[in-house]
Amino acid sequence: MTAPLLSVRNLTTEFHLPDGKIARALENVSFDVMPGQTVGLVGESGCGKTTTLMSVMRLLPASGRITSGRALLKGNDLMQLSERQMRAIRWRDMAIIFQGAMNALNPVMKVGDQIREGIELHNLMDREAAEKRVGELLEMVGIQRARRDQYPHQYSGGMRQRAMIAMALACSPSLLFADEPTTALDVMIQAQVLELLKQIQKELGLAIVMVTHDLGVVAEVCDTVVVMYGGKVAEYGSADFIYNQPQHPYTQRLLASFPGLNEPSDNLASIPGTPPRLTNLPTGCRFHPRCEVKVDACARVDPPILETSPAHYAACHLCKGKEAIFA
Amino acid sequence: MNGNWTLFKRNLSEFWKSFRRNKLGLLGGFLVLTAVLVAAFAPVLTPYSPKDIVRDENGRGLTFTPPSIHGPLGTDDAGHDVWSQLVFGARISLMVGFMAGFIAMFVGSLFGIMAGYFGGGIDNLLMRITDILLVIPDLPLMLILVATLRQMDLNISPLSVLIVVIGLLYWTSTARLIRSQVLTIKERQFVARARAIGAGHGHIIRKHILPQIMPLIVANTVLILSTAILVESGLAFLGLGDPTQPSWGTMLNFAFDRSAVTNGAWWFFLPPGLAIVWVTLGCVLLGNVLEEMLNPRLTAHHLEGDQNMVMIPAPEAK
Amino acid sequence: MNNDTPILEVRDLYKYFPIRQSMGEILRRRPPNYVKAVDGVSFNLKRGEVLAIVGESGCGKTTIARTLIGLEEQTDGEILLHNETVGAHERRARAGLIPLESGVVGTREHLTLPHMSMKRLRQQAQMIFQDPYESLNPRSTIFEIVAEPLVVHGVAREKDERLERVKTALEEAGLRPSEDYFLRYPHELSGGQRQRVVIASAMVLQPELLLADEPVSMLDVSIRAEILNLLRELRQKRGVSIVFITHDLSTVAYFADRIAVMYLGRMVETGPAREVLSNPRHPYTRALISVIPVPNPRLRRERIILQGETPNPINLPPGCRFHPRCPAAVEACKVTDPANVLVGENHHAACLLLESART
Repeated sequence: MTAPLLSVRNLTTEFHLPDGKIARALENVSFDVMPGQTVGLVGESGCGKTTTLMSVMRLLPASGRITSGRALLKGNDLMQLSERQMRAIRWRDMAIIFQGAMNALNPVMKVGDQIREGIELHNLMDREAAEKRVGELLEMVGIQRARRDQYPHQYSGGMRQRAMIAMALACSPSLLFADEPTTALDVMIQAQVLELLKQIQKELGLAIVMVTHDLGVVAEVCDTVVVMYGGKVAEYGSADFIYNQPQHPYTQRLLASFPGLNEPSDNLASIPGTPPRLTNLPTGCRFHPRCEVKVDACARVDPPILETSPAHYAACHLCKGKEAIFA
Repeated sequence: MNGNWTLFKRNLSEFWKSFRRNKLGLLGGFLVLTAVLVAAFAPVLTPYSPKDIVRDENGRGLTFTPPSIHGPLGTDDAGHDVWSQLVFGARISLMVGFMAGFIAMFVGSLFGIMAGYFGGGIDNLLMRITDILLVIPDLPLMLILVATLRQMDLNISPLSVLIVVIGLLYWTSTARLIRSQVLTIKERQFVARARAIGAGHGHIIRKHILPQIMPLIVANTVLILSTAILVESGLAFLGLGDPTQPSWGTMLNFAFDRSAVTNGAWWFFLPPGLAIVWVTLGCVLLGNVLEEMLNPRLTAHHLEGDQNMVMIPAPEAK
Repeated sequence: MNNDTPILEVRDLYKYFPIRQSMGEILRRRPPNYVKAVDGVSFNLKRGEVLAIVGESGCGKTTIARTLIGLEEQTDGEILLHNETVGAHERRARAGLIPLESGVVGTREHLTLPHMSMKRLRQQAQMIFQDPYESLNPRSTIFEIVAEPLVVHGVAREKDERLERVKTALEEAGLRPSEDYFLRYPHELSGGQRQRVVIASAMVLQPELLLADEPVSMLDVSIRAEILNLLRELRQKRGVSIVFITHDLSTVAYFADRIAVMYLGRMVETGPAREVLSNPRHPYTRALISVIPVPNPRLRRERIILQGETPNPINLPPGCRFHPRCPAAVEACKVTDPANVLVGENHHAACLLLESART
């Protein structure tokens, strides 16, 4: 069995807010990313998916603190590294495409220069070689090489997203984090970008962790899915399993609220209420206030993560399975 | 609906809570408040009136006496108590400053809103006027205006002249500021919604634009006040004030004219100078903090896990 | 008037935005260029019907909504609400150029329909905007927001009556007990609740027509269903007709009676929702439907991914505007602009290949 490229174990992150409150943004988050595979982190606003990425990359704002857990990248625990060591790893071994990529580009710098910046910061090659690499990257993402000298505002939305992907790949990382890469895009451009990512993944053997709220996108590209709710993992397993045999009530309701193209007659399901405030979490299971099938224990005891079938995990009292131990 | 009153109280207490946290703002507020209180309670704070001549036990007029039991700030060359002049001068300085400031604020806001909202020809016209005024140096223009108005013998008190002149020349920065804010607000979706509902210009300006820029106007006014007070002091120092109603600037004018400096009578020229700094500093600190706090902040955004999202309370939809 | 007479008729609507010319261009007497946002659109809407206008960004769907509600003035064409014309003529009438009473002249000489003022239009048609975080004034209370249409139109002047109407509107939008919401501010509400407030304020005048511009795109997935269900309910209870604008075809399936697919300012296919979705005829519609992500990994289907991006509506390609990206384009497509062809019951598509298929 191949070893996972990234192993996140019991990651717990807090935010210390200005008024003194503490937001428990992540608690005991664990999952694996295999080389060359795509993992989807799914959930609604405030569930902690972006925080997970930021925690692993150690890019949290000053108010954020990782209180426990490990993130093993090729065996090295990222939580134990110094900031200098992290900087050496960022962009070289793992890179990130931020949400709202259009706005993450520097408007007064040529696109080609911005891509080259990443390469130069890591002293990987001299100027000439770096320029060649920039050309290669642009071609890889489907942008004409000549457009390297243009500015971001001269690119369309889809092109800017592709430029961001090119930037992320500059140092040939083995792991790519993508935070809502297609959210603001038209459905056709979305399809183009996803197709591009799949292609690049095949060519480069890249592992991708994609954060999104769009279940359709996840079904399209992800091999494994982590469903998050209120800062915890609600369910985790292969995409096929999650979509066709979801165990956790939240996953089930989420799937039911997604309009497919061909079932117009039923009323779309919705989940009453709103996601919990991370400063004031409910006792017991975080989903229980909105859950229709809860039992007594749900309000008192936080459900452990159970392995309901091989490599499929759910955190719910109603599920049957043995308690999962993530080594 | 008494709901409005509850709402107002709620907003006020929220405002106070965040204001309290800012030390500089509190300092600024304190400085301004004390100045205002001193001016308000002037007669109570001093046994003398500024026109009285302070005499010692023997009935001799005391001129240029340093601070003593006769007066905490001594006396000037004519035996008038400096402290009482200071305290009554506060009234004049503050009054002229405040009134000029308010005129500037009013004209500036009006022009800013008109220019920003209606755009086109009105915008061009108003902005050209603003540009012209911005280009002409303030002090020389004011000197000329004040002097001319005085000559014209129009039976307006010198203080009113000062107020009007300062007010009419200092609205430009406010106008520009308000105009750019209005331009931004005009494009926001809730204004489009109001138009789609069928609201006319008046309704939109009153209900949608004004509430958004009010905080900015308030903050900017406080800053303008400090400028107005400074300018008034300057003009009064140059002799354009009303000698019968001395402001701090006038006091400085007297001090220099009457050789307080050569006589080493620091208690005559330092206090008014310091008082001007006191109030101006207070206004600036307060104004800056208010501007920071009241800046129309866009509420935290939606779909993605910005940690700010957790702060927004969400009552359950029943 | 029975249920079949359309309450809304749009005929040959055009909306062009002039592009500012540089000094050089003016001096060289270049003819001005236009962004042809809406380039000849016609459709009808019956009472209680839901028409979904779908397309990608830049196709003109939002411009249509804005023109219908009067935020933009049409460059040409007629909009008829209850058989009365709306829009552009009002300003000209006010200027004394044409009489406002019935018998008014429009851009076409033969029009003798009575004319509706902008204000009356807005009593009968209301718009729901896309961003629930931006379309509400952050400094207004919920009560003020919902009461605003009443205030603007001088309806329900009595305090009690106004209270009653706001209460009803909020409750019908699912916000109960409504009194809890009166004094709240938008930032205290979640996205879904805010959108309900928007809907409540749109319904308070009991309009006949709702223009919903991407009403759920900015909401969480599990909340979207609530809002869509609410709109469905309103259509049932109040018989309000809805023009539903979206780029998300999957919500359309759930909700619309008819679909119109737009590309670069024209409707390329229109027809009953089920028909168009299960049997799309226009190549663009086919591609669009094929790339909708399906929430089931087992059902990944063959996707037609178009190359490139939608060109800008300034320099339209000659002939069929879709031909540069069309996988099925032939020579004729570069030359001839296709007209609408009937391809099924009430189902039209504008494609040369369909024309030849019929003959």
